[in-house]
Order: sequence, then structure tokens, then C-alpha cells
Amino acid sequence: MENNTLNVSSISEGFVLDHIQAGKSMDIYHYLRLDKLDCCVAIIKNARSNKMGKKDIMKIECPIDIIDLDILGFIDHNITINIIQNDKVVEKKRLELPKEITNVIKCKNPRCITSIEQELEHVFVLTDPEKEVYRCKYCEEKYDRKNH
Amino acid sequence: MRHLMSPLDFTVEELDKLLDLANDIEAHPDKYAHACDGKKLATLFYEPSTRTRLSHEAAMLNLGGSILGFSSADSSSAAKGESVSDTIRMVSCYADICAMRHPKEGAPMVACRHSSIPVINAGDGGHQHPTQTLTDLLTIRSLKGRLGNLTIGLCGDLKFGRTVHSLIHALVRYENVRFVLISPEELRLPSYIRKDVLDKNNIPYKEVINLEEAMPELDLLYMTRVQKERFFNEEDYVRMKDFYILDAAKMSLAKEDMLVLHPLPRVNEISVEVDKDPRAAYFKQVQYGVYVRMALILTLLEIEV
Repeated sequence: MENNTLNVSSISEGFVLDHIQAGKSMDIYHYLRLDKLDCCVAIIKNARSNKMGKKDIMKIECPIDIIDLDILGFIDHNITINIIQNDKVVEKKRLELPKEITNVIKCKNPRCITSIEQELEHVFVLTDPEKEVYRCKYCEEKYDRKNH
Repeated sequence: MRHLMSPLDFTVEELDKLLDLANDIEAHPDKYAHACDGKKLATLFYEPSTRTRLSHEAAMLNLGGSILGFSSADSSSAAKGESVSDTIRMVSCYADICAMRHPKEGAPMVACRHSSIPVINAGDGGHQHPTQTLTDLLTIRSLKGRLGNLTIGLCGDLKFGRTVHSLIHALVRYENVRFVLISPEELRLPSYIRKDVLDKNNIPYKEVINLEEAMPELDLLYMTRVQKERFFNEEDYVRMKDFYILDAAKMSLAKEDMLVLHPLPRVNEISVEVDKDPRAAYFKQVQYGVYVRMALILTLLEIEV
């Protein structure tokens, strides 16, 4: 019988991000700026999932204090974060929407001050947690997920 | 240290206190004539604005202070490419308080993050113009005696008019306020204000196209100018610009104590014959603009008289 299992070895310290919407793992790779880090990253795309049909999984081997995972709450708060230390899952983290996010998304309002002053940080503030609305801290333009 | 970025920066109680102070200034101008002796206001105007700049400057001069600044980006170091944050750091060394107008939305917010003096947002693009809203509130409260229990007609460009948007935000905090939104279909109030502000606060409102039809029920009519710069083509602007013209005939349909307000400048939307009508309050509004800015300067500088 053909073996369809893909083996990715376990990690001793770092994170396992599970239940990532299928196809979104590369976005997360860039949001977390993993390309800038000298660490081992495994990306599993389209893994089978009973709950989701298919999903992506990421394993990141790194010291647990060097990545700010709060941003994942903004990207997709259904992601499960397993924090691994000494080969064991020491914490399963629930994600919440971050109150403020800096330099993750850009304001696309051409009338915003950030459009002419390049050195400014792009800061978005959570203004409506119920509807998950983020607005630019400067011009209050709503971040539209569909058009980004 | 406080700044003024949005009209909602003040709570209703703080706003009441500010408007009380403005009314006291109106009643006793001499008492405040030296309140800001030795203080300087910098007016940083990256785009021209006759009324707002002069009003801030008059306010500071009335308080005994001095003024400095620039009135267009061309005559400032912005023309050399200086950032807002660098400019405000420099101005913080020269002045005690500043008023900033900028064509880009959020520029005063950038300034207040790097400033060691209070920053007043004197208009940032189509975003906020809080001192105009304070002016409108002071005018309404002074002439009507209240900010609640009012039927307010907002007429003209309700789509792009930031003064209208800010005024709605400010007035929904008072009891028993209802709005009649008078505009052509193309310039209706944006749905995010109807839904997120009016519906969310259970504020009654209706939308009409015909001004005459709305006149009899209004306690207040807030006229706005259709701004040419908001249109992408001349044809649309020409079609919209004279859509509403308030004249003596229409005024005859209104209550005897109705007020007409306008943020000015007006073009054709209020006929000059209305100026003589005692209900025309738009020039009084300009005077209230100075009083409220005086009160604002004193409040932000924490000067008590």
C-alpha cells in the first residue's frame, strides 16, 4: 500500500501553528517576518483535517520569546498555537484580536498622512471588536480585508 | 498635556465646561484680555484657510498672547521636504500651543505624538475639523439655550461634508435629537454614519430631497456648500452646486425661532436676502468661533482666570 504520510520531525522549542486556513501559511510566514529569522520552519500545506477539510500547519523552531504572535489574532483567530519547550506542549494559546497592530498592514487611503511621510509607522487600532473593525490611527480609514 | 484631535475628545461634561467658559468670555471679554500674556500660538497651515487661521489668531490676540506661523506649505520648510514630526519638534521650542491645518488626514495626530505643546487640529483633509464643531455647538447652545430636544436639518453635501459628519457625532450624545437629512441622491449621508452612528444610537432621522418640505418642522437648518474639489468631473459639480438655494420664500415656511447655520464660505446656497433675516445665524457663528477657540486655548494651556 502506498504511504501518503508526510513526516515532519518534532521540534524541541518553538511553536506549532495548527488550524491555519488552507493556503494561508505563506501569508503568515511573511506577517511574522520569518524570512528575517535564522530558524527552522516547516510549512505543511493542505493537510487533511476532519474539522476544516484541509488546513495548513506551521512548525517554527526558535526561542519562544523572539516572535510576536499577537498578530495572528488579527490574521485569523481560529489558529491554534502550541508552545513547545523541552519537546513538550507547555501551553495552548487562544488568540484574541490585538488592540493595536503596527507595521503589519498599510493604510491605503491616498489622503492619509502615511501616504506622503514614508518613515511613519502604519498603526491600526481595533475600533469595533464585535465586527472586527480596524481603523488607521491617523486617518481612521477602515481596513478592508477584502481589498487587501 | 491634552490635544484636540476630534470633537469627541471631550466628554459631554468637559464640553459643557468649555462652552460655559466661552459664554463667560463672551460676557466678560476684559476679564480674559491678559490671560495669555507672554504665550505664543503657532498657526501651522499647510493649506490656505482664511477663516480658521484668522479665528485662531484672533482668539490668541484677544487673550493677550502673540502669534507666529505660516499660511501655506510653500512658505514653510515642508516645501523642502521636512516631515510633520520634525516641524512640530521645532515649533515646540518656539510656541506654547499650536493649531495645525494639513491637507493630509491624520497629520495633526502625527504632530501630537511628537509635540511637547498642545496641538489643535484645525482641519485635516476630509477627516476632522473639531474647532468648527465646537463653534457649531456653542452657537446652537447660546442661541437655542440647549443642545438636546432639537430637530436638526442638515442640507446640501452630506456625503463629503466633514462638518456635518462631526456635528452628527457630537449631537447624538444629547437627548431627544432628531435629524432631517436633506440632500440629492448623489450626496446622501454615507451609510457608515447612518448605520454606525444614527442607527446604533437609536437616533430618529429621515432622508428627503425637497428642502421646502422639510422647513416647517426644523429647529435648526445647517446648510453646507457643495465643494468643487470633491468632484471628479465638472459636469457633476455644475449639476449639484445650485441644487439647494435658501431664499426668503423658503424661510417663510420655517418656524419663527428656527436658526440657519453654515460653516462658511457660502457660494449660492444661501441667497444674500436671507442675511437680513434675524434667524440667519451664520455670521454670529463666526463670532462664536472666536469665543470657543479662546476657551479652547485656555483649557489646553490649563490657564484659569
